[in-house]
Amino acid sequence: MPNILFRLNGVETGVDADPDSSLLGCLRGRLGMTGAHYGCGANECGACNVLIGDHAVAACDTPLWSVEGKDVTTPEGLGSGQAPHPLQLAFIAEQALQCGYCVPGILISAAALLKQNPHPTAADVKAALDRNLCRCGSHNRMVRAVLRAAAAMAAL
Amino acid sequence: MTTSAPSPVAKLPVSLAQNPLLSSWVQISPAGRVTVSPGKVEIGQGIVTALAQIAADELDIDIERVRMIRASTATSPNEGATSGSLSVQQSGRAIRAACAEIRQLFLTAASDRLGVRADVLDIQDGTISGPGNVRTSYWELADQVSLDREANPGAVPKSASRRTLAGHSIQRLDIPDKVFARPRFIHDVALPGLLHGRVLRAEMPAATLVALPEDGARAVAGLIAIVRDGNFVGVVTESEDGAEAALQALRKEAKWSAGEILPNESALAEWLQAQPSEVTVIDEKASPRRGVKQRTIRRLYSRPYLAHASIAPSCAMAQWSGERVQVWTHSQGVYLLRADLALVLGLPEQQITVEHLEGAGCYGHNAADDVALDAVLLAKAAGGRPVRVQWSRRDEMSHAPFGAAMAIEIEADLDAGGEIIDWRHQIWSNGHTARPGRAAQPALLAASELAKPFPRMIATNPPPANGGGADRNSVPLYDWPSWKIQSHRLLTMPIRTSALRTLGAQGNVFATESFLDELAAERGEDPIAFRLRQLKDIRAQDVIRAAAKRAHWKPAKRDGIGYGAGFARYKNTGAYCAAVAEIESAEEIRVKRLTIAVDVGEAINPDGVINQIEGGAIQATSWVLKERVRFDRERITSASWTDYPILRFSEVPEVEVVLIPRAELEPLGAGEAAHGPVTAAIANAVFDALGVRVRNLPITRDSLIAAMEL
Repeated sequence: MPNILFRLNGVETGVDADPDSSLLGCLRGRLGMTGAHYGCGANECGACNVLIGDHAVAACDTPLWSVEGKDVTTPEGLGSGQAPHPLQLAFIAEQALQCGYCVPGILISAAALLKQNPHPTAADVKAALDRNLCRCGSHNRMVRAVLRAAAAMAAL
Repeated sequence: MTTSAPSPVAKLPVSLAQNPLLSSWVQISPAGRVTVSPGKVEIGQGIVTALAQIAADELDIDIERVRMIRASTATSPNEGATSGSLSVQQSGRAIRAACAEIRQLFLTAASDRLGVRADVLDIQDGTISGPGNVRTSYWELADQVSLDREANPGAVPKSASRRTLAGHSIQRLDIPDKVFARPRFIHDVALPGLLHGRVLRAEMPAATLVALPEDGARAVAGLIAIVRDGNFVGVVTESEDGAEAALQALRKEAKWSAGEILPNESALAEWLQAQPSEVTVIDEKASPRRGVKQRTIRRLYSRPYLAHASIAPSCAMAQWSGERVQVWTHSQGVYLLRADLALVLGLPEQQITVEHLEGAGCYGHNAADDVALDAVLLAKAAGGRPVRVQWSRRDEMSHAPFGAAMAIEIEADLDAGGEIIDWRHQIWSNGHTARPGRAAQPALLAASELAKPFPRMIATNPPPANGGGADRNSVPLYDWPSWKIQSHRLLTMPIRTSALRTLGAQGNVFATESFLDELAAERGEDPIAFRLRQLKDIRAQDVIRAAAKRAHWKPAKRDGIGYGAGFARYKNTGAYCAAVAEIESAEEIRVKRLTIAVDVGEAINPDGVINQIEGGAIQATSWVLKERVRFDRERITSASWTDYPILRFSEVPEVEVVLIPRAELEPLGAGEAAHGPVTAAIANAVFDALGVRVRNLPITRDSLIAAMEL
């Protein structure tokens, strides 16, 4: 019997798991959703960010019990090749990455920003992404991509 | 602009000469697919796309037809390591020459079939047509034209002006998977029956395991095995959470002896200079036109140990089948890793298959190879099931090899006019490479932990002909009459070092270009003009002028703002790069803007080159302002992002890149060109703003205060 129920990318989902175990382990393990990446396990890098409601949080540092009844959006839930999120199109247009390992978490942080502030400045974007680490140095392209996505969404 | 006529490849490119079988590089199927199989691997630098561009261009096919194969010892040409900014030079040239020859083979076959001369045939997306509307295609001829033949010199690649893909900024092939979060990284790939492994390592390097109570770990649900071989300990479990739990239980109970004593981190340069070392004269130049020495200036520079600090921890998978093992790795060299695995396991190489899967951005020899051996050892206990092993952030930041700390002393003799008449550059550093697969002993971490241990490898330096290691970029490009360059390679290695992006070049360019800036300031001469009049190489002059022009060198003096410049040609044989930094000095130093000019010869994918330069510039800024591996006398203490901070979004400078067009010249790698020049430019800008010369990296509040007190 599932003991934790939540909506995962819009789908009612139940898992039978230790309520104190991490959301990231559950997503990547039993649910097979590998879009949120493990980076540090200590909420210090943002690679595992997911949306809970409209907020970006580190899944590695989120106990399962805390998502009971909530909406959880993983990077897979943002969009797909068939139905891409404007942020995903903008990251492709700006070629805004090198290795891409940090990108899912950065897309999640950016998506949370655009929900709260649809018309951000470059400084707003940098502030919103400041807890996400990128080691390849693609920061400026990513900021441009988020601004491009905001403009595209405003034009819809 | 004039374009040189296409010239035949006089001798085979080195990678093709070593792997001459055409079919090992390219296969063409009757179904209309072209498979390209480079020996180099994607490490976040976009190489797979650049190589696909070269192949599609040379064969005259749409790039959508190209399928790029990940490197594997089962099928790929052996191109050693993906390192040294050599992938375009080595793999790119090989693929270009192979495809040019293959194109000609097909034209000859088409000529025979169609009864028209080959030189009147044209190829468009693989369809070969000629006068009188005759036509055939690669796909029709694929079964007739065998590529199981050795490459010959003499193939004629297209001239630069006829290329339609190479030289153009096309979108990278791997990016859609990455933004749509499709499983592509080794961490995300699911294999049937996959088990999970973790390895227990002591915080102290080379510590000995004294006791290992296993009760706690044995109680973890889904435990498959606890593996112990000497000081090597790991667990294999059904789930990843279980592996973490079993590891925690073991860690809690394990007793270790003290490890090797580490150096005093606050006196690192002195420690480096006091160690037993092997001295090599890297270069010596004497000239009769040397003037009369008036005085000598001597300066000591240093840089700390630097961590690779990839965003992902290192990861590998392994699966045994009888006496054969399959390994999946994000190593930079599948063949090199296989050679080391064979040494450790005592197995013939043929029984080991090593296949590449992408990891996070790789900036040199990190723990990718180490974790592959971990996985192989743990998978032995998995009953034939595959095992994925992933390191922790802590292990990644403390047990992976670091970029070596360096002390660099420069001494220059000046004549009465203050001109340099003799230059002496000495480096004290551990070696900058301890890669696997290149020695009679393995370089892999676990090999030194086994009950029958292999000795820990002491890092060495590649020979100067390959760009050198600690000495990389230490031989001046400037036109001075005499010099002597010496490298002292440490024979002790309490802190493990190996190749990190640029090897010694970042330290040497920092030292050389800082010293020049000091001399220019002392002479009251503009540092750009000072460099230009001592450089004969036109391409060097061009990048310096281009960066200076774009940066409006030199903007008027403003309070708290400084401008500095730096230049290098990477490895003295690679890309030319000049950087101008604008910094702001407040509570901390902030780099506001970097203006960079680069000449990589032919840029296969110009936006890819710019992306690499931007990334290199930002990473170098992070190294300069923030990074330093921390340790006490027992252990590495900078084992988290809190203790090893890197540059954040709010701290990243604007970066502008000017790409000098050189379509007619051989392509050169871009991945490491910017680090040295950017490092020097920032340090020189700090001097311009504050009048303080920081000679010990990183440039932090503390190092500024220390420099002011000197």
